[in-house]
Amino acid sequence: MNTIGNVTGIIANLVVVETEGTTAQNEICFIKHGDTRLMAEVIKVVGNKSYIQVFESTRGLKVGTEVEFMGHMLEVTLGPGILSKNFDGLQNDLNKMDGVFLKRGQYTDPLDMDKEFDFKGLAKKGDKVVAGSWLGEVKENWIPHKIMVPFTFKGEYTLKSIKEDGSYKPAETIAVLTDNDGREHEVTMVQKWPVKVPIKAYKHKPRPFKILETGIRVMDTLNPIAEGGTGFIPGPFGSGKTVLQHNLSKNAEADLVVIAACGERANEVVEIFTEFPELDDPRSGRKLMERTTIIANTSNMPVAAREASVYTAMTISEYYRAMGLKVLLLADSTSRWAQALREMSNRMEELPGPDGFPMDLSAIIANFYARAGFVYLPNDETGSITFIGTVSPAGGNLKEPVTESTKKVARCFYALSQDRADSKRYPAIDPIDSYSKYLEYPEIAEYLNKTIAENWTESVFKAKDILLRGKEAYEQINILGDDGVPLNYHIRYWKSELIDFAILQQDAFDKIDASSSLERQNFMLQRTLEITDMEFDFESFEDVGPYFKRLINALKQMNYSEYDSDQFENNKKELESILKEQEKEAVTQ
Amino acid sequence: MEKETKAFQRIYTKLYQLTKATVTLQAKGVGYDELAIVDGRLAQVVKIMGDMVTLQIFGGTEGIATNAEVIFAGKSPTLKVSDDLAGRFFNAYGEPMEGGEIMGEEREIGGPSVNPVRRKQPSEFIPTGIAGIDLNNALVTGQKIPFFADPDQPFNQVMAMVALRAKADKIILAGMGLTRDDYLYFKNVFDNAGALDRIVGFINTTEDPPVERLLVPDMALTAAEYFADEKNEKVLVLLTDMTLYSDALSIVSNRMDQIPSKDSMPGSLYSDLARLYEKAVQFPDGGSITIIAVTTLSGGDITHAVPDNTGYITEGQLFLRKDSDIGKVIVDPFRSLSRLKQLVIGKKTREDHPQVMNAAVRLYADAANAKTKQENGFDLTDYDERSLEFAKGYSEKLLAIDVNIETDAMLETAYDLFEKHFTPAEVGIRQEFVEKYWKKNGK
Ligand SMILES: Nc1ncnc2c1ncn2[C@@H]1O[C@H](COP(=O)(O)OP(=O)(O)OP(=O)(O)O)[C@@H](O)[C@H]1O
Ligand SMILES: [Mg+2]
Repeated sequence: MNTIGNVTGIIANLVVVETEGTTAQNEICFIKHGDTRLMAEVIKVVGNKSYIQVFESTRGLKVGTEVEFMGHMLEVTLGPGILSKNFDGLQNDLNKMDGVFLKRGQYTDPLDMDKEFDFKGLAKKGDKVVAGSWLGEVKENWIPHKIMVPFTFKGEYTLKSIKEDGSYKPAETIAVLTDNDGREHEVTMVQKWPVKVPIKAYKHKPRPFKILETGIRVMDTLNPIAEGGTGFIPGPFGSGKTVLQHNLSKNAEADLVVIAACGERANEVVEIFTEFPELDDPRSGRKLMERTTIIANTSNMPVAAREASVYTAMTISEYYRAMGLKVLLLADSTSRWAQALREMSNRMEELPGPDGFPMDLSAIIANFYARAGFVYLPNDETGSITFIGTVSPAGGNLKEPVTESTKKVARCFYALSQDRADSKRYPAIDPIDSYSKYLEYPEIAEYLNKTIAENWTESVFKAKDILLRGKEAYEQINILGDDGVPLNYHIRYWKSELIDFAILQQDAFDKIDASSSLERQNFMLQRTLEITDMEFDFESFEDVGPYFKRLINALKQMNYSEYDSDQFENNKKELESILKEQEKEAVTQ
Repeated sequence: MEKETKAFQRIYTKLYQLTKATVTLQAKGVGYDELAIVDGRLAQVVKIMGDMVTLQIFGGTEGIATNAEVIFAGKSPTLKVSDDLAGRFFNAYGEPMEGGEIMGEEREIGGPSVNPVRRKQPSEFIPTGIAGIDLNNALVTGQKIPFFADPDQPFNQVMAMVALRAKADKIILAGMGLTRDDYLYFKNVFDNAGALDRIVGFINTTEDPPVERLLVPDMALTAAEYFADEKNEKVLVLLTDMTLYSDALSIVSNRMDQIPSKDSMPGSLYSDLARLYEKAVQFPDGGSITIIAVTTLSGGDITHAVPDNTGYITEGQLFLRKDSDIGKVIVDPFRSLSRLKQLVIGKKTREDHPQVMNAAVRLYADAANAKTKQENGFDLTDYDERSLEFAKGYSEKLLAIDVNIETDAMLETAYDLFEKHFTPAEVGIRQEFVEKYWKKNGK
């Protein structure tokens, strides 16, 4: 019997419910408002009063309305058919909703329960299995979608029977397991899981030791993110967070991409809906949409569901990770989620922490980031979730609670700079302030030097050093004037500009430049460093800039050309001939 | 104290608490968001605790007595929509300012949002003739974008100009804290352009109580949804001034004892503003709502909570500033941005548009550096001198708001300036465009 209560208070989407029965923290309930049922979640209980946040507008709601508590937390439905779907924050299939406008209280099935999937058994009768063990697989787009022992199962089971290979609907029983007490349990292709609880159906989670190739030079080359790693992108509005994330979702070397559009613009989601079904996945050659799942809680959708949306996205990612896949999870923007928490906490008149955010914000963020990672599954296969969130700091000032709390847990910091964005130096990742802690991991360094080039990390640190020295030189030039500094300062500054233009800057909207393979990145880095290693000779500081601009132009033209194409070779020759001029000058002097 | 009038109307005459913007009383059967009339003034339910109901009074509570009459309406705020709206001006409550009544279907304002999968990607370029907009920050139907401007900038004039050139089927003006002069200015310009029958206005002037403003954008957007969704029309909504709207939000939330966030704005400012701006949409059947707003700044400070939250919501911003070198107001290319421009530039406009735009802005940035150098008393290089010359021409011929030319002419003007001051390598655009367009323009 479900607990029943009555509404006694309403402040926007915070509703107070009085009940005689039991209720639990994070329990889901439904308010019976006329013909519609409004979904809500318990966020606080005091005596016989439950405080619930409603995932819908509360317009017209009255005191006395009946509320039914469901006895479970907010859950997602996991099974074949999730991929390439567009969900809202509560995992309703948006495509199944009718009408142009979202209707309050309309909830739709996340999966297509009538669709049949071709099942192939992987486990055999008598096998010992645990939560997350692969029993069989079905084809979902191009992914072999594993049918697993439900994550809620504790301890060891024996596979009593499994269906023959063939077509089945998701809700059909495909296997029967026996527990140690001899009780039988039926398993279907579908299971449910509470989103706020991490799925831990893996053996262990080592430190990440490989990098995730993203195709974005300033990330891969300068500050790589590990497969199973975490990173965040803070930046003022308009600095390029979303473009960068979209570019990651298009080009990163992941098996699948889960995008949580959290409290941001609807048009940005529409962009994905429109473009991804047309765009090719650079690796599999299939359409990008086939590997993408979108959880959309845009800024005009109910605020309380914003928080749910990131957890829904994380849980779906964990589900696919348990199948041995490489998942990239992107959330834009985690600040909106934090703000949703703040709105609620203020309404409940809780003691506010810094900037009015809840006191436990840091812990909430830390727990969330901790769910990412590279794991060894029960059968020793591996899977990973690489998580990158954006942060939208108020006034662009990084000294604020969400940025600071995230900085404590995320291992890569990609700070977008207003200055770089203003001067259209995209992606506007600040090369000096940003970092990847993974570069300090010996196992990552070893991996990089083995897979990209022997001297790779050395080259990377060298490039960073040139950038830093260039910046210092630039500051000196600004203080002392062009002719108040030795000529060498100008050369130093322009060498850093060379790296800036050839490596850091990348045109996300250019077909070719948008993504760069590691091989190509290696070539460009080495070629650029060969130039910065050269000694240059100039009559006057006035000659430095114009000369380097020609070099930069040649390198940029290379970035715009297909790698190793004739055009690329021509641009390369052009570069070499400009460099020869200097050699000649050096000789004649 | 309670008596039933019509079926749903209940009347109360005892107030328990009064603040500057709210009253609290004991009442039963009240719905959240429901409207009421308190001593003849419109009010809305903002909080219910047990049998205590708190109402926000749009006209302010001045002079309201504890025995004031409170009548609950049994519904939330509505607007009557029909083609009758066209060519008329309304107050914040959706009542015609010239008196009379509107026939039409009654709709709740602030209705639900469009299912994102039912939206269409905006793709229709809105040329305005202003190069600071079309060349650098092209507008697209279904976009939402504000002017960021100090109060002394001519934002209302620019907005009216953009509105008239935009070829919209309907222009819906939402005036919040509009001076009477500006209100009459808008009326005049639209009238002179013979566009009055395409205009719908919802006006709260500086003479009206500030809290009334809170209804204005929702009224305007409800009307916009009617024309865009049902009539498949291209609707342009003008919201001016959203800073004054936000001030009204802060008055109410402070009266409700909410913990204020940055700059004494409510913590929910982002959601409150996003709810409105996200009404901008391209419908699949051709109708669209484009929102052009005004956010006034104080001393150009865009880190203030209102412009800051706005910037995070809108699809860019158009930053107006006076360029003292040429003595004109320009659309600042650094702080301005149209996020949707890439959907049309180089696609609906000439292929080299994106590269030309970026190159010009980069060169303008070089000029800004040169200017700093100059101001610090350092010698300028030949390149510095050239970029300064370029910047002047760029400002005068392209950025100034009085420019009114076709997009191709803007590109040609840009090449003219490039060729006059720089080499192709310094400009750094794709070789194929240099070959195709350099030295082939104008003259
Ligand atoms: N890599 C890039 N190449 C070219 N243009 C870019 C790039 N990144 C960003 N831009 C430009 O900057 C604009 C803003 O970028 P974006 O929408 O990603 O900003 P944001 O940081 O997500 O802002 P907000 O916090 O408001 O969502 C884009 O519309 C585009 O014009
Ligand atoms: Mg963004």
